[in-house]
Amino acid sequence: MCVRGLTKTYPAVRGRRGAPGTPEVRATDDVRLDIRRGEIFGLLGPNGAGKSTLVRQLTGLMRPDRGSVEILGHDIVRHPERAARILAYLGQESTALDELTVSLAAETTGRLRGLELRRAREERDAVLDELGLAPIAARPLKKLSGGQRRLACFAAALVGERPLLVLDEPTTGMDPVARRAVWAAVDRRRAERGTTVLLVTHNVIEAETVLDRVAVLDRGRVIACDTPAGLKERVAGEVRVELVWRERAPLEVPEIAALRDRAAEHGRRWSLRMAPEEARATVAAVTGGAAFAALDDFTLATPSLEDVYLSLGGSGQGLVKA
Amino acid sequence: MSVVPAKALPRPVAAAGGAGDEAPLGPRARLWPSLAAVYRAQLSRARVARIPLLFVATFQSIGIMVMMRGVVDGGGDARSVVAGSSVLVVAFVGLNLLAQYFGQLRSSGGLDHYATLPAPAAAVVLGAAGAYASFTVPGTVVTAVFGSVLFGLPMGHLWVLAAVIPLAGAALSGLGAALGLLAPRPELATLLGQLGMSAALLLGVLPAHRMPEGVQLLRDLLPSTYGVEAFARTFDPDPAWASVLGDLTVCGAVGVASLALATWAYRRAAVR
Repeated sequence: MCVRGLTKTYPAVRGRRGAPGTPEVRATDDVRLDIRRGEIFGLLGPNGAGKSTLVRQLTGLMRPDRGSVEILGHDIVRHPERAARILAYLGQESTALDELTVSLAAETTGRLRGLELRRAREERDAVLDELGLAPIAARPLKKLSGGQRRLACFAAALVGERPLLVLDEPTTGMDPVARRAVWAAVDRRRAERGTTVLLVTHNVIEAETVLDRVAVLDRGRVIACDTPAGLKERVAGEVRVELVWRERAPLEVPEIAALRDRAAEHGRRWSLRMAPEEARATVAAVTGGAAFAALDDFTLATPSLEDVYLSLGGSGQGLVKA
Repeated sequence: MSVVPAKALPRPVAAAGGAGDEAPLGPRARLWPSLAAVYRAQLSRARVARIPLLFVATFQSIGIMVMMRGVVDGGGDARSVVAGSSVLVVAFVGLNLLAQYFGQLRSSGGLDHYATLPAPAAAVVLGAAGAYASFTVPGTVVTAVFGSVLFGLPMGHLWVLAAVIPLAGAALSGLGAALGLLAPRPELATLLGQLGMSAALLLGVLPAHRMPEGVQLLRDLLPSTYGVEAFARTFDPDPAWASVLGDLTVCGAVGVASLALATWAYRRAAVR
């Protein structure tokens, strides 16, 4: 897949009486991506970074203002209707399938992907077995838990094979068993058929473990694109110190007061990035002296993609570690 | 299909069987099989979500007839009341509920699911409209039989419902789908659906000759009117079949037009 100069601007909305208007927003700004076949490629960014807008343009759901999208040799901007015949899309919403049973949701989706009835049923059964959904096949999606419903929608996306899977936060709300089923199904398709996967996520742990390469998005721009390891090398000289205070930070201790300016504060939690020697000194200070009485918990960790995101100048809100 | 020359790209494997660098496209879903699939899926929703509202549609019509029994005492007026109440069931479900459904689907992003599948737009719209029209069959039949008994009308020609329901159903559910897909907000879709149903109620159930001229003109513009008229004529011991056929033809033509409008509205709503 090859994306060049993709730009989409939402026009400004004039405020009505009592409600302020919103200014013009450039949801994707000159985005350039190259995704290789058979790759699991991630789009990482907080909510509002432009991930979903970008995906909507790549799947032919939205026309870009400018730029080109080529998927497996097909020009999607000129022929958006071809997108449906080369990719399967798992969106964030399940409203179209909510009142169907798991089995009928998968079967209907397969039929609308052009499968004959018998073929659709065979593939439906195979996918439901593969994902462990067979025991709840007769239940409507509406009656399932959030994670199960998500898994059922993922099943529907797999019926009627496509060389490209576009998955918008596929594992939201899933328990570890369901997550493993998703990644096993993705890996199998990649190994057997060379399936390419474009994954949208704001979960940094997931991004580090499953992605081959990742593009980091912030305010509609790609601010970095590399392998997770390659990205982490950019902040390799640093470690992360997390401090959790019992009630409040003991600012009367001078070492602690000095740290405050550099810490990202979230309630009782302080998050600091620093050189390893400095981190050792900090840990010694908080665990040794008067500060220790106020300390609830601390962790010392190697940098994650979140640190990369922050060091690249991302605004830092809304990434999830789970 | 035109072959678009691909730009030079780093690409490890060329897909087998593709023309040059283009990967082969998956099959296009054909109209009838996808229509059948959507119809079946929509019909199954009735079991999960629609039953209470179907009862409401029938009770509403039966209630109206019971009320009108005190005012109307047989003759031409009774025929209009029974025919109007029966078609009202179709308007409630086809116009009102379908407008709500598509309004919600559109606003919640549920249309993306269909829009990223290679099925024709007409299959999605016709499948849903057909299913909603089918939901109305039991309620319409019950209303017609109950009304005939209540007003002592002959039931010999009730079979005409077999034509009235699909044709009025096409016209009203096409309109409902179009309203739901064109309304910028789901509340507006609900409102328009309700208004359409109210119009079908007031203009369809009340006998036409008692209305002022301006309202009669409005009545002539409402697609359900022709279904009501066709049905009302068949209570005559010797119906004017040519007029019945004429009314049903208008109904069918409006149905084709409104379903075409709904299909266009779907395409417009799917790609933003």
